Amino acid sequence: MSGIPHDHYEPKTGGEKWLHSRLPVVGLLYDTLMIPTPKNLNWMWIWGIVLVFCLVLQIVTGIVLVMHYTPHVDMAFASVEHIMRDVNGGYMLRYLHANGASLFFVAVYAHIFRGLYYGSYKAPREITWIIGMLIYLLMMATGFMGYVLPWGQMSFWGATVITGLFGAIPFIGEGLQTFLLGGPAVDNATLNRFFSLHYLLPFLIAGLVIVHVWAFHSTGNNNPTGVDVRKGSKEEAEKDTLPFWPYFVIKDLFALAVILVVFFAVVGFMPNYLGHPDNYLEANPLSTPAHIVPEWYFLPFYAILRAFTSEVWVVQIASFVTGGIIDAKFFGVLAMFGAIAVMALVPWLDTSSVRSGRYRPMFKMWFALLVVDFLALMWLGSMPAEEPYASFSLIASAYWFAYFLIILPLLGVIEKPDAQPATIEDDFAAKVAKTGSAKADAASQPAE
Amino acid sequence: MFKKIALGAAVAFGLAGGAYAAGGGGHVENFDFPFDGPFGTYDTNQLQRGLQIYTEVCSACHGLKFVPLRTLADEGGPHLPEDQVRAYSEQFEVFDPELDDMRPGKPVDHFPVSALENAPDLSLMAKARAGFHGPYNLGINQLMNGIGGPEYIATLLISYEDAPSCAPADFPGHYNTAFTAGGYPEECKDEDGHHMYPGSWIAMAQPLSGEDVEFADGHSNELHHEAQDVAAFLMWTAEPKLSQRKQAGFVGVVFLTLLSVLLYLTNKRIWAPVKKKYKRKD
Repeated sequence: MSGIPHDHYEPKTGGEKWLHSRLPVVGLLYDTLMIPTPKNLNWMWIWGIVLVFCLVLQIVTGIVLVMHYTPHVDMAFASVEHIMRDVNGGYMLRYLHANGASLFFVAVYAHIFRGLYYGSYKAPREITWIIGMLIYLLMMATGFMGYVLPWGQMSFWGATVITGLFGAIPFIGEGLQTFLLGGPAVDNATLNRFFSLHYLLPFLIAGLVIVHVWAFHSTGNNNPTGVDVRKGSKEEAEKDTLPFWPYFVIKDLFALAVILVVFFAVVGFMPNYLGHPDNYLEANPLSTPAHIVPEWYFLPFYAILRAFTSEVWVVQIASFVTGGIIDAKFFGVLAMFGAIAVMALVPWLDTSSVRSGRYRPMFKMWFALLVVDFLALMWLGSMPAEEPYASFSLIASAYWFAYFLIILPLLGVIEKPDAQPATIEDDFAAKVAKTGSAKADAASQPAE
Repeated sequence: MFKKIALGAAVAFGLAGGAYAAGGGGHVENFDFPFDGPFGTYDTNQLQRGLQIYTEVCSACHGLKFVPLRTLADEGGPHLPEDQVRAYSEQFEVFDPELDDMRPGKPVDHFPVSALENAPDLSLMAKARAGFHGPYNLGINQLMNGIGGPEYIATLLISYEDAPSCAPADFPGHYNTAFTAGGYPEECKDEDGHHMYPGSWIAMAQPLSGEDVEFADGHSNELHHEAQDVAAFLMWTAEPKLSQRKQAGFVGVVFLTLLSVLLYLTNKRIWAPVKKKYKRKD
């Protein structure tokens, strides 16, 4: 599968040969599990397995929850309470599912920012990156529609606000919004189609995950140095790599277990920490909550959406140039989707020939600022739309776009990169030597 | 658009805004509940006292429509004997579609819905209100104190006070220093529109004033204690599986910690020969 030379599955017994000539499934599994993986992967390379776990957890708990849930505006809220009170272990299933979504997004943000720092998006892994962005978009759609299903106040008003975004699109917006809702307003038709899609999309995600894994198995993993694995011969490649099983499977499982300790503590001891209390009030179309706040994982992009008001000069220019077609509302929507679009296009925006941020002294600082910016946007998204938060949101949004559209293209030209190690083996040897005593070896190497 | 919706809502509710996101607005007293913290569980006696207060006072207007009566017998809950649950259920008149008539309630029925149309159902109120919620609170705070729902309810019940003299006598509602989502008279705002007094005017008249119920076990029926007991009961109606959940969480944490240690040792052992090669080289 991979371009890195390695041993392939050889059927030995008659039975194995019989199966292999008809359906080489064992060979596929073998090649997938034994893929040569760079020795020097650090602890930021564990999020993939956490994400796979989350997807499986969400699908399994979700399928059982569906057995007890009723997608009808008069019964949905009560059926969730039925799950919480009457279904055996139902409270656990629901809390696992609700907090599982949060773990999913914690992991995906860590995974994305790891890719951004180590240049995992750069050639030849652009397809892996683009598929990943599609998965992320589908995750957001799934998470949003899942939050609507309990039919609480935030479900209803969140759905009203988010579908309203599509209504902001000129000319077709209103029709599109009605099409999405299945009527003029959020109602039973909306709940039913969101339920249907919330069940469907995770399977599309699962399909894309397979393509995502296939893509980076074709190119090989990136690694903290960004230096390619030597591919001249099998002996050479083996100096840089180890098979995925058991070295990385066990390492990743260890990390997963540690993360799950925290996850179970949250589910067991404070399962409503990340939710909004208003969602324990049944949806009421006649009573608007004082503040409509999306789930925490949407907050950065929600802050960007709200940042561009009609007082901002960029918005005024856009409105003037387009003769009012792009108003503040539509501009906000464009900015929100644009913020994700520039991230998706980063393989072509980053002009540096050096892959890993580890050897890019200027990039490091701008990247650190991007992480701070992302967290700041998340905080600002939870604040009311008033001063001083509005101005901060605008500055933070501007930096997000500046990072991708100005800083990354320029850095490639003006930055003088540090020396990179010749091979992955050199980097690994240096790391082992540095950790000194055997005791510290398997313990936490810094996550860079 | 969000601004418009939020603004509309703020005007509609007579809010000054910022209540939720700013962390609750009114001051919420941090009561000590037996179910606080990772190992806290419900106190059966307290839940029974709370049930008594709910039955004798709250249920005149409010309902608990999501709570099945049979759960009053649950261990870890009020834990009433079966016959008492049956007797308790019979006080309610329930419409039975099979009989097409009213009949006395049974343990399989739920508590009735609110008797008063604008009195909210209380089943989930302790989770729908968050005394300590908000972005400023760190997780560890929530771990030890919860999100403050029952604290909010208890604080609300003890925070009725005489209305400040600036308010017109006919201003609708009752002045409560802990309630921030109600009406507020223009006369009590300063020139910048800021509230001069905490809280706002709530529709509900003061329900508890102390010595409203007589407890069979002779427990104190001061206002502070009554408020706390009924708040604890409402936490139970909102989260009846709290004890089981915490237990499951604890078991999960212990087993996964053990698994982590085993995987750590396995990982170390698997990697040792790989790393040894590079150590020798040095």
